[in-house]
Amino acid sequence: MRLIFSYLIGLVFGTGIALSGMANPAKVLNFFDVAGSWDPSLIFVMGGALVTTFIGYRLVFGRTAPVLADAFQVPVSRTIDARLLGGSVVFGVGWGIAGFCPGGALPALGTGRWEVFAFTAAVIAGIFLAKFLQSQGGRTRRAAA
Amino acid sequence: METVFTPWASLGGGVLIGLAATLLMLFLGRIMGATGILAGLLTPSSGSEFAWRGAVLLGMVSGPLALLVITGNMPAVQVPVSTPMLIGGGLLVGVGVTFGSGCTSGHGVCGMARLSPRSIAATLTFMIATFATVYVVRHVIGV
Repeated sequence: MRLIFSYLIGLVFGTGIALSGMANPAKVLNFFDVAGSWDPSLIFVMGGALVTTFIGYRLVFGRTAPVLADAFQVPVSRTIDARLLGGSVVFGVGWGIAGFCPGGALPALGTGRWEVFAFTAAVIAGIFLAKFLQSQGGRTRRAAA
Repeated sequence: METVFTPWASLGGGVLIGLAATLLMLFLGRIMGATGILAGLLTPSSGSEFAWRGAVLLGMVSGPLALLVITGNMPAVQVPVSTPMLIGGGLLVGVGVTFGSGCTSGHGVCGMARLSPRSIAATLTFMIATFATVYVVRHVIGV
């Protein structure tokens, strides 16, 4: 049951990404290119997603627990540190160079385009590289949320 | 490369993304973050932890096909950058989202909707970095 719901939820997400234009790097990069071929479409993606989730979460958090799990698992840390901000800068630079973000690329794998597979393979390599760097740093904090 | 302004399709897609985030919290109590789902599949974990993430990923990958069935068109994927930029950018994205604990979906949608101070700080930071990077790449370096 959990797996069927998980699949269908992924399908709604992937269809939303595909419909929105987030799976199209040309469109994503044009959103950020205010000084050039600006395409403001992504404001509508972020706005639609944010308002829907804001209202949806308020309704969901009225419950004591999820339907198919024992408890809600949301990050509790409120610490804004160099790791969070530095990581976000590196992510933003990569996003601005490639035009894909993880949420755009994973559904785009379904188009079968080799460029999406190349990008996703590089992301996976980057995740392993970061985990290696973190283990070398001798830190014990859990990283990827 | 010019692209067409699509406010209604983008708004509709955004609402579906928000609906998926809401449903994942309602049924499984989890954050709909692409980084967390991908990284979770790459990290040793229990079978059930692996399974739900794998099922969400399969669903995501089916999205373009669902759009083809509904609208008759595959979503456009236009890549206006070179292969080295795609690979180099991907590496930076992988490193960045791991240190930053999330990306556009996890921080930008789910975390912002929870009014998490960490997610608001992360989202502002990566949006500014992306605007700056695109400006430098396109108008300073001129790729």
